[in-house]
Formats: sequence, structure tokens, C-alpha cells
Amino acid sequence: MDYFAQQLINGLVLGSIYGLIAIGYTMVYGIVGMINFAHGDVFMIGGFIALITFLLLVSTGLTAVPVILLIVILVSMAITALYGWTIERIAYRPLRHSFRLAPMLSAIGMSFVLTNYSQVAQGARVKPVPPVITGGYTLHESADGFVIQLSNIQIVVVITTIVLLAIFTWLVSRTRLGRDMRACEQDQTMAALLGVDVDRTISMTFVIGAALAAVAGLMYLLYYGLVDFFMGFVAGIKAFTAAVLGGIGSLPGAMLGGLAIGLIETFWSAYFSVEYKDVAAFSILIVVLIFMPTGLLGRPEVEKV
Amino acid sequence: MSGDKILSIDRLAMRFGGIVAVQDLSFAAERKKITALIGPNGAGKTTVFNCITGFYKPSGGAIRLTHDDGTTVALERLSDFRIAKQAKVARTFQNIRLFPGMTALENLMVAQHNALMRASGFTLLGLLGVPTYRDAEKRAIDLATDWLKRVNLIDRADDAAGNFAYGDQRRLEIARAMCTEPALLCLDEPAAGLNARESAALSELLLSIRDELGTSILLIEHDMSVVMEISDHIVVMDHGVKIAEGTPREIRDDPKVIAAYLGADEEEAAAVMEGGA
Repeated sequence: MDYFAQQLINGLVLGSIYGLIAIGYTMVYGIVGMINFAHGDVFMIGGFIALITFLLLVSTGLTAVPVILLIVILVSMAITALYGWTIERIAYRPLRHSFRLAPMLSAIGMSFVLTNYSQVAQGARVKPVPPVITGGYTLHESADGFVIQLSNIQIVVVITTIVLLAIFTWLVSRTRLGRDMRACEQDQTMAALLGVDVDRTISMTFVIGAALAAVAGLMYLLYYGLVDFFMGFVAGIKAFTAAVLGGIGSLPGAMLGGLAIGLIETFWSAYFSVEYKDVAAFSILIVVLIFMPTGLLGRPEVEKV
Repeated sequence: MSGDKILSIDRLAMRFGGIVAVQDLSFAAERKKITALIGPNGAGKTTVFNCITGFYKPSGGAIRLTHDDGTTVALERLSDFRIAKQAKVARTFQNIRLFPGMTALENLMVAQHNALMRASGFTLLGLLGVPTYRDAEKRAIDLATDWLKRVNLIDRADDAAGNFAYGDQRRLEIARAMCTEPALLCLDEPAAGLNARESAALSELLLSIRDELGTSILLIEHDMSVVMEISDHIVVMDHGVKIAEGTPREIRDDPKVIAAYLGADEEEAAAVMEGGA
């Protein structure tokens, strides 16, 4: 039971990171109907920018951890958002009215570009950082000596995710920008006729998705203590799986799917074998899609008249 | 025709490959008047609308919109969101195109994008919640509420628009178009699918838009009872060209119009035209 509780904590933390990335996939799919395969690499870029900012700040002699983290989170969100905007502008917008596969191929190309660019710019080796947030709490210690640990970094990841989700939900449901995004999602032509600048709204979607991915990158960096140029690939595929599992196009679905994938992976690693954790995650996806083709919270797509 | 023209279309032509949809069409819509564009199916009416609202780039001709302050906009050169922003032209479609997943109120709020955009200092200040933005948002909600009252949908403000009855959706669509605060409102068959009572309510709504708000209306409509009752001026098209133009009375008696509508069977055509009397 204690072992189970510990794995539950670990799974939720991993799931939060997947969920933050998955939102980027699902948002973009909702508004332009394409899978942004470069999104995993945007997450990787976010991790690298966080690392660079972190090292720069430390080298100036700054030691207050909360201040450093605050600056790192803002800088990496801002710069990664700029990446997101640029990617949409140069790789997707020119192809928006092209045939359906064109933006997807362009996205795959963009993914290669970002991976290789990072490899060239930052080197192929894994970049470690010393633990920034240390310590934690022992929740429970059983008779046989097994302890349930809740580390501070896990708390930070979960709280950051909850706060970001709250802000994001407010943004989509209560603000002008959110209304415009939902309007564009439902009928771009009509939104344009009502005066909404569709291109701008789509750009903002990419910017927000990238900013959330940047936070996920930072959380990954803090949690695992390393980044490398290839980490976007697997994380991206997992988050995409999470988005599909939750029902692509649905925002709560993305978060739910992220948590589900995180939990499945963690429990599988804990009780069965670590090597087959990806197999488990993707198998569950297949089973869910057979019985619920639109995912857990997805709506069946209605053909527009 | 004389008077203050808000929209003047001059020798408009639209060709799709070898097919000529509109040819050498010239007419004008007067300010604060209701102008109807009628004609048999396939006459090219919706094509004209699509040219006015930037969906099609005309093959030839000019479409000029003159605002109250005298500035003129070349509509054939604008497209996309600039039609609503700069030209202040709003339109509805033959088929209903509300945002079905959003509430009635939200539908009307999206239409006020431009007003809110200016007040929000292009997004950033709005997110920070500066007072000028909050005022603008309040004004937007007031305007939306006002329109929901006008079209009798205030009780359902927070229901998803997709769940509304057909006639209610039609009225909500007009309300949404009006929330963009247009100078010219283009309605493509607003009475299609409405019953007699709903059509009468629609006529009343359109007349109130003209008389109380002074918005000019360009209307495509097949329901002759609506057209004859509310139009100040009627333009009749057939096969992409204008075949007649005038007041409802003149149009009703025009033999060319009757022939176009029902082929050579003038008796039947006359019956249709009389139906709107």
C-alpha cells in the first residue's frame, strides 16, 4: 500500500508535465486542425532556455532560489513563446490553405530542424544541473522501513501545473482572447467576418501552447536534473498520446490524458518492467481508441454543412 | 435613383473559369434604406454578396462604400477581418453560421472584437484588467444584452447557441451581425425556413434596425411578403445581370420580372407577386 501511494505521487508528477505539453497539441489541433509535431521539440527548447537562463543567473552570483526560479520561468516562457510564434509564421501559415498533409509534413520537418539545431548549438551530450530544489517530507514510514516521500520539487511541479491550468482555463473561458480562440475553432470564416483577426488569434494559440511547453521543460529540468537535444521526441510523442487519449481538441481531456499516461507509465514501471513502460502506455491508447474513438472527453466531429 | 448612397456597385463582373456568374452589374444602395436584391435561384445574388464581403475577388468592376463622414472604401480590395473592421460591413449567410458551442451572449461578444481589441491595448492591458478595458467590456456586455432583449432571447443568454430553435438562431444571427455596429448590414435570405409569424417578426426587426438605428440594409430574400413589405428599393437579377430596378410597386408590375420568375407563365407569376401585397 505504501509502495502504491509512492507510485501514485510519482505518476501524478510525471502526468502533470505530460499534461502541460499535451495542452499545446490539443489547442493547436482544435483551432487549425493539424498535429504540431514540432511541439515536443518546443518543450525541449524550453528546457534548454531554462538551463541557459539558470546558469547565467547563477554566474552573476545570485543565490536566492525563488528569485532565480521566477526569472527563469518568465524568461523561458517568453523566449519559447517567440519560438512558437516564429514556427507558426514561417512553417505553417504559408501552408494553411494548402492540402491537408502539407502543414503536418512541414511540422515534422520543423521538428528535425529544432532537434538538430539544438544538437549543433548545445552539443549532443546530456546537460545536467545540480538539484535546485532539495528536501521534502516523509509522509509515512511503515514497519518494514519503506517510506513515502513527497519531495519539494514534486510539490512545486504539481502546484505550478495547477496554477497554470487555472490561469489558462480563465483565459480561454472568460477573456476576449479566449472567446476569439473558441470562435475561430468553430468557424474561422465567420469569425473573420465579425472582425476577428484569425491569423493573430492562431498565432496567439501557438504562443500560449509554447509558453506552457516551456514551463513543462523547466519542470522536467528541475525534476530530472538534465536536458538533452533529443528529449523532445519521446516526451512529445507521449504528450501527443495523452492528447489523443483525452480526446484531441478537448482541453480538460489533454490534462486528464496526461495524468493517465503518467500514471500508467509509473505503475507499469513499478509493478512490471521499466523496459516495457512505453508499450504499456501506447497499448492503453490503442484499447481506449478502439472502444472510444474520440478519446475520453472528445466530441465526435460533426461535418460542417 | 437619387439620394445619399452608401454602397455603389459599378459594372461588377464575376467569372469562374468560363462561367459568368455576374456580368456588368451596377446598382446602388441608399443610406438608411432597405435595398432588396431578388431573382430566381442561380441569378448570382449570393455571388454579389460574396464580392461585397471579400469572399470573392471580382473579375471586374468596383464596389464603393461611403461612410457617414464621407470616406470611401474600396470593398473589392479588402478581405477577411478588414471587411468588418474598416468597411463596417456585416453579413449573414443562407445557412446559419452561429458558433454553436458558445452561448448566445458569447456569440454577441465575439462580434464586438474590434471595440474590445482597441480598449484592451491589443490583448496585454486587457489581461492585466486595466479599468478602461473593464469599462469597455461592460459596454460590450450592455450592448449584447440590449440586442438579446430586442430579439427576445434574453432569457436564454447563457444557453449554447446550437441548442436554439431555428427561428431563434436566425434572429440571434442578425443580433450578432448588428453587434459589430455595421454601417451596412447584408442579409442573405434571413426569412428562409421561417413561418409566417416569424417572418412578420423579422420584418418588424429589420424595420426597427432601419428606423431606430439608421443602419442601411442590403437584403437577399425569396419571401416576397417580406421583400414587398419592407424594401425601399428592389434590384432584380437574372442570369447574372440586372433586369429591373425600382420601388416594390414598380417591380410588382414589371413584366420582365414576372417572366424571369416563372418563365412565361405570367398568370402564376402575377399570383406570386400579389401574394406580397
